[in-house]
Amino acid sequence: MAEALVELRRVTVNFDGRPVVDHVDLRVQRGDIITIIGPNGAGKTTLIKAILGIQPISDGALTMAPGLTIGYVPQHLTLETTLPLSVKRFMLLSGRSLQECREALDTTGVAHLLDASVHHLSGGEKQRLLLARALARRPDLLVLDEPAQGVDINGQAALYDLIRSLRDELHCGVIMISHDLHLVMAATDKVICLNQHVCCSGYPADISHDPAFIETFGRPVAESLAVYHHRHNHSHDLHGDVVSGEEGAHSEDDDHRGCSHVHH
Amino acid sequence: MSIIDAILGDFFWRALIGGLGVALVAGPLGCFVVWRRMAYFGDTLAHSALLGIALSFLISVPINLGVIITCVVLAVALVLFSRSKTLATDTLLGILAHSALAIGLVTLSFMPDIRIDLTGLLFGDLLAMSRHDLIWIYGGAAVILGLLTMLWRGLLMSTIHEELARVEGVPVERLRLALMLMFSIVIAVAMKIVGVLLITALLIIPAATARRLAHNPEHMVGLAIVFGFVAVSGGLTLSWHLDTPAGPSVVVTAFSVFLLVYGSARQSQS
Repeated sequence: MAEALVELRRVTVNFDGRPVVDHVDLRVQRGDIITIIGPNGAGKTTLIKAILGIQPISDGALTMAPGLTIGYVPQHLTLETTLPLSVKRFMLLSGRSLQECREALDTTGVAHLLDASVHHLSGGEKQRLLLARALARRPDLLVLDEPAQGVDINGQAALYDLIRSLRDELHCGVIMISHDLHLVMAATDKVICLNQHVCCSGYPADISHDPAFIETFGRPVAESLAVYHHRHNHSHDLHGDVVSGEEGAHSEDDDHRGCSHVHH
Repeated sequence: MSIIDAILGDFFWRALIGGLGVALVAGPLGCFVVWRRMAYFGDTLAHSALLGIALSFLISVPINLGVIITCVVLAVALVLFSRSKTLATDTLLGILAHSALAIGLVTLSFMPDIRIDLTGLLFGDLLAMSRHDLIWIYGGAAVILGLLTMLWRGLLMSTIHEELARVEGVPVERLRLALMLMFSIVIAVAMKIVGVLLITALLIIPAATARRLAHNPEHMVGLAIVFGFVAVSGGLTLSWHLDTPAGPSVVVTAFSVFLLVYGSARQSQS
């Protein structure tokens, strides 16, 4: 198995002596899509900032593969309106050629906005622009902080599909934060439920039955999520090739013995 | 040479040449003040210039150098203080801006042997520009323009999105320091023309005027320089003919251009 892009061992981040991220272990490899979920104030953003190297860690060890290129998609693109900026100029500031920038914008479906002002973009367009910006750097690891925020439901599903296909194309690791549990459950390989510490982690279908998950999110949420998933009647390697992109029957029957991991 | 000599021999031309040199760097730096919401910060630094002058006399170093050093020290202290977050940044700036000004004035009053034109320092003086000052202005401008060219992409990127810049390996903190250094230089050299109380205006007003018409950051910088030129030449001419104080005249001109641009832009929009 390939070596980890990023590996966290018992990483702790304290704010004023209070742990915001508490002894977290995490390993991201190429091809992984790992989603961090958790209630507000669970330390999700702090954790990914630690991974990005912009939040110093208080304790533990964080190792990164040498020469790792990270593509970061921040939560919002809050831009000072006093700074006039076109999509093209913003993309070129990545230091990549216009050709590469164009291709990246094309991949995320916003190439037609090349000459538009970034201040006039909608929420979804901004997210796609940020994704393109991260993409232009040909990242080994893609880190997204709530990529679907400010995007409508249809757009959200499309965005998660896009992230999956980017993972396949770039063969990069993906780590993201999400609030939308239903979409996460459908679009992700592995979920980490964070509440300062990792309260549970695993495949989406499994963790919705986890007592720790039920405790964190409440039984109604957990049950509504469980419905979205087939029960796993087979086991496989965490980093093995999981069946993906298979748009199987959208059965909501919990007992269905299917094997597809992708549902909408 | 004799023509150049004749021009530099005339105090009005000296002031104008010096003023244009200041506007040349006030344009790009003013844009950063506007983009990074540093207006109050700039004011605080400018107000500390008077303290810098007093200290220069005390330890007998060139005034410009004393001002630059004082501003840099204060800027670094401000950045460190604002990290602790015990006081809101605007409160902190308010305290330091006025305290620096007051301490400067008090210190100067303790030095009765030194004859100093306080009004000139506070509001600028058309007559005060010496050939020596011109060397400081154009030397400072060369340093600032050189730094800006070298650091442009990183400065712009860390202004647009600091975290994204950090992740992409931009040395955000070092660039912030470089920007502080540049502000300190521009304050030290602009002091003579517009005075410490009005330096921020020369930074902000042309940049804000340029924003109305600009489509990208570099375009805005170019326009800010042009509006700065207009403000300086218009203001100094006004000062020359009507015997008004130099700094306020420059600011009044800059403000008129601002009103004109925003007024006409609004009309053309509707």
